[in-house]
Amino acid sequence: MPALDALPVAASDSNLLAARELMAFTLGFHIVLASLGVALPAIILTANYLGLKRSDADAMQLARRWSKAMAVTFAVGAVTGTVLSFEFGLLWPRFMERFGDAFGIAFAIEGIFFFLEAIFLAIYIYGWRRLGGWAHFWSGVPMVITGIGGAFSVVTANAWMNQPQGFSLDAAGKVVETEPLKVLFNPAWGYEVPHMILAAYMAAGFLVASIYAVGMLRGRHDRLHRLGMLIPLTIALIATPIQIFVGDTAARSVADHQPAKFAGFECIEKTGTHQTEYLGGICTDDGVKGAIGIPDLDSFLVGFSADTKVTGLEDIPAEERPPANTLLHLSFDAMVGIGTALLALGAWLAFAWWRRREFPRTPWFLRAVAVSGAAAIVALWAGWIVTEVGRQPWIVQGYMRTSEAVTEAEGIWFAFAGVLVLYAGLGTGAVLVLRAMSRRWSEEGEDVGETPYGPPAAEPAP
Amino acid sequence: MTRADVAAAILWTGATLYALFGGADFGAGLWDLIAGDAKTGERPRGLIQRSLTPVWEANHVWLIFILVVLWTAFPEAFGAVMSTLYVPIALAAVGIVLRGAGFAFRKSIQRLEYRRAMGAAFALSSVLTPFFMGTVVGAIAAGNVPAGGNGDAFSSWIAPLPLLTGALFVASGAYLAAVFLVADAHRAGDGEMEGYFARRAMAAGILAGAVALFGLIALHADARYVFDRLIVEGLPLVIVSILCGFGVLALLLRGARRGLRPLAAGAVIAVIWGWGVAQFPYLLPTSLKIGQSAAPGPTLDAVLIVFAIAAVVVLPALGLLYWLTQRELLNE
Repeated sequence: MPALDALPVAASDSNLLAARELMAFTLGFHIVLASLGVALPAIILTANYLGLKRSDADAMQLARRWSKAMAVTFAVGAVTGTVLSFEFGLLWPRFMERFGDAFGIAFAIEGIFFFLEAIFLAIYIYGWRRLGGWAHFWSGVPMVITGIGGAFSVVTANAWMNQPQGFSLDAAGKVVETEPLKVLFNPAWGYEVPHMILAAYMAAGFLVASIYAVGMLRGRHDRLHRLGMLIPLTIALIATPIQIFVGDTAARSVADHQPAKFAGFECIEKTGTHQTEYLGGICTDDGVKGAIGIPDLDSFLVGFSADTKVTGLEDIPAEERPPANTLLHLSFDAMVGIGTALLALGAWLAFAWWRRREFPRTPWFLRAVAVSGAAAIVALWAGWIVTEVGRQPWIVQGYMRTSEAVTEAEGIWFAFAGVLVLYAGLGTGAVLVLRAMSRRWSEEGEDVGETPYGPPAAEPAP
Repeated sequence: MTRADVAAAILWTGATLYALFGGADFGAGLWDLIAGDAKTGERPRGLIQRSLTPVWEANHVWLIFILVVLWTAFPEAFGAVMSTLYVPIALAAVGIVLRGAGFAFRKSIQRLEYRRAMGAAFALSSVLTPFFMGTVVGAIAAGNVPAGGNGDAFSSWIAPLPLLTGALFVASGAYLAAVFLVADAHRAGDGEMEGYFARRAMAAGILAGAVALFGLIALHADARYVFDRLIVEGLPLVIVSILCGFGVLALLLRGARRGLRPLAAGAVIAVIWGWGVAQFPYLLPTSLKIGQSAAPGPTLDAVLIVFAIAAVVVLPALGLLYWLTQRELLNE
C-alpha cells in the first residue's frame, strides 16, 4: 500500500460528514428508481409476452399500464442519476481528478447503455398505438439488456472502489498507467454486480406485487389483480434464492479481502477461531450487547469450519476501522433477515402452488406480499449502507481516504438542506402522479381511447 | 493528432450534439414558458409536448456522455472545473431535476392547476439550466478556472463573458427549438403554428446574433488568447456560422422550409467548433493544455473504443428513434 497518508487531509470533518450524508441520501433515492429501470422492463415484457401469446387482454392491460408508470419512474431516475454524476465532481473533486482515468472507464461504457435504454424505452412506451404487436414487443427487449449492462457498468465502478486494481501510481500518487480490463473486471465485480442486479429484480418485483396485493386486500379480486401480483412476484421469488447464494459468496469474499469491513458488519472485536454469529444487538468495545449469539456460526459461514480464523477489529488500526459499527451491523442483519423472510414467502407460495395450483388463500399471504415491496427496498438500502459505510474510511480501498477526496467548497450542509426539500417534492410528486394514474385506471376500468395497436386517438392538449 | 486530441474532439462532438438536441429541448421549454395563459398557449404547448415527449430523455444522455468523457479522459480538468464552478453547476443540476420531473409529471396529471405548476417548473428551469451551463463554458473560455481547481466560486462566473455566454446558450437553444418546431408544424400541416414559430425563430436568431456580438466584445476584453485565435484560426468557422444564420433568416422570410434545420444546426455547430479551435491546445485556457491533463494511453484508448461503439450502435438507434418520431409512429 503506497504511503499516501502524507497527503494533507483537505477539508473539515463537518464538510466530510455533510458530503457523505448528501451522497448517501441522493444515492438512496436514486437506487430505488434505478432498480425499477433495471427490472421493470423484464416484468413488463413478461406480461406483454403472455398477452400476445395467449391473447390475454388482462396481461396486455397490465403491460400497458406498467409501461406508463415506468415512463414516470424512468424520467425521475434519469434526473436523479444525473445529479449523482454531478455529485462525483461537486462533492469528491479530488477523487475524480486523481482516479477519474481509472474509475471513469466503467462509466464511459455505462453511457452507451443509458443511451440505448433511453432510446428503446421511448420507442416501447410511445409505440403502443402505432407499432405492430410483436414489433412493439421486440422494441422493448433491448431495455432488458441495457438495464443489466448499465447496472454492470455502474456497480463494477463501485466494486473497483472496494477492490481497486488495474492502475499504477507515480511517487506523487498520480495515476500514470491503466489497464482498463483489469479495472472493469476487478475482483469484486463478480459478486457485487449480480448482487445488485438481483436486488433490482427483487425490489421491483416485490414492489409491483405489493401494490396489487394491497388492491386484493381491499376487495379487488379480479383477474387483473391476480396477474398483476403473480407476474412480478414470481420473478422476484425466482431471484430470491439466487440472491441469497450470491450474497453469501459476497460476504465470504469481503471477509477475505476487506477484513475491516467484515469485522464491522459482524461486530467482531477479537481475532480468533470459533467466532459467534451475532444477530442484532449493539456493538461496543467489549463485544456485542443485547444480541442473539449462535456459537461458532460466524467462523463456519466464513470458512465452512468452526476452526476458521476471523479477523476482529482489535487487529485493524484505529484509523482504518469503519465508523458506526452498530449501524453497519444492524444494516447487514436487516438485509440478510429480509432476504431470508422473502425466501420463506417464496417457499410458502411454491408449496401452495404445488398442492392446489393457487396462491395461499389466507389474507395473511396477501398481507405478507403487501409488505414485501417496502421490505425489499429497506434491504436494498441496508445493502448499500453495508457496502458504502463498511468501506470507510476509504473512498478507494487502501489508496485514498474519503477525507482526502472531499470538496473544500463551503455550504455543503446548506446544499444538503436544499436537496432534501427538492427531493421531498420530487418523491411526493412521483407518488401522487402514480397514484392518480392508478385511480384513473380503477375508475375507468378500460383506459378510454387507449386501445393498443389501433389508430391514434386525438391528442389531449397539455 | 495525439490520442488526447482525439479524445478532446470526442468531447467536443458530444458537446455539439448536446447543444443541438438538448439545446433545442431547453429552447422548447422557453417557448412553452412564454406561450401565454392556458388558452392562448394551448396549441404551441401541445406541439412542443408532442415534439419533446419521445426524445428528450435520449437527448439528455449527451450531457452524461460529456461528463463521463471529461472525467475519464481529462480528470484534472474535470476536478478543476467542478471545484471552481460548483455554484452554477449545482444550480444547473437543480434545473435538470425540475425540468425533467416537471415535464414528466405535467403529462401524467389532469388537474389544470397542478399542470400549470408542473409546467412552470419545466419551463422556467428550461431557461435557467442552459443559462448556468453557459456561464460554466464562458468561465472556462475566460480562463477563470485555474488548472489546480479551487478558483473563486463567484467572480469566476459572475463576469461579463460567462453571463453573456449563458444568455447565448438560452438564445441559441430557443432559436434551434423554434426552427425545429417550424418543421414539426409544417409536417403536421399546421400552418398557423408554422408561422407562429417562424416569427419566433427569426426573433431568436437575431437575438442570438446580437448576444454573440456582445460576447465577442467581452471575449476581446477578458479572453484575449481565445479571441485572437478565433479571429484567425477560427475565422472560417465564424464566417460559416454567420452565413448559416443569414441563410436561415432568408429562408424564413421566403417561407421556405427545405434546408432550414441543417442551416440552423450549422450556425450552432460552427460556433461550438470555433470555440474549440480558438482555445486549442488548451482545455482550460491558458493554464491546462489538452495533453497535460489527459489520462494515461490505455484509458484514452478505452474512451476511443467506447466512442466507436457508440457511433456504430447508438447513432443508428437514435436515428431510428428520430425516424419513428418524424413518421408520427410514437405518441401517447
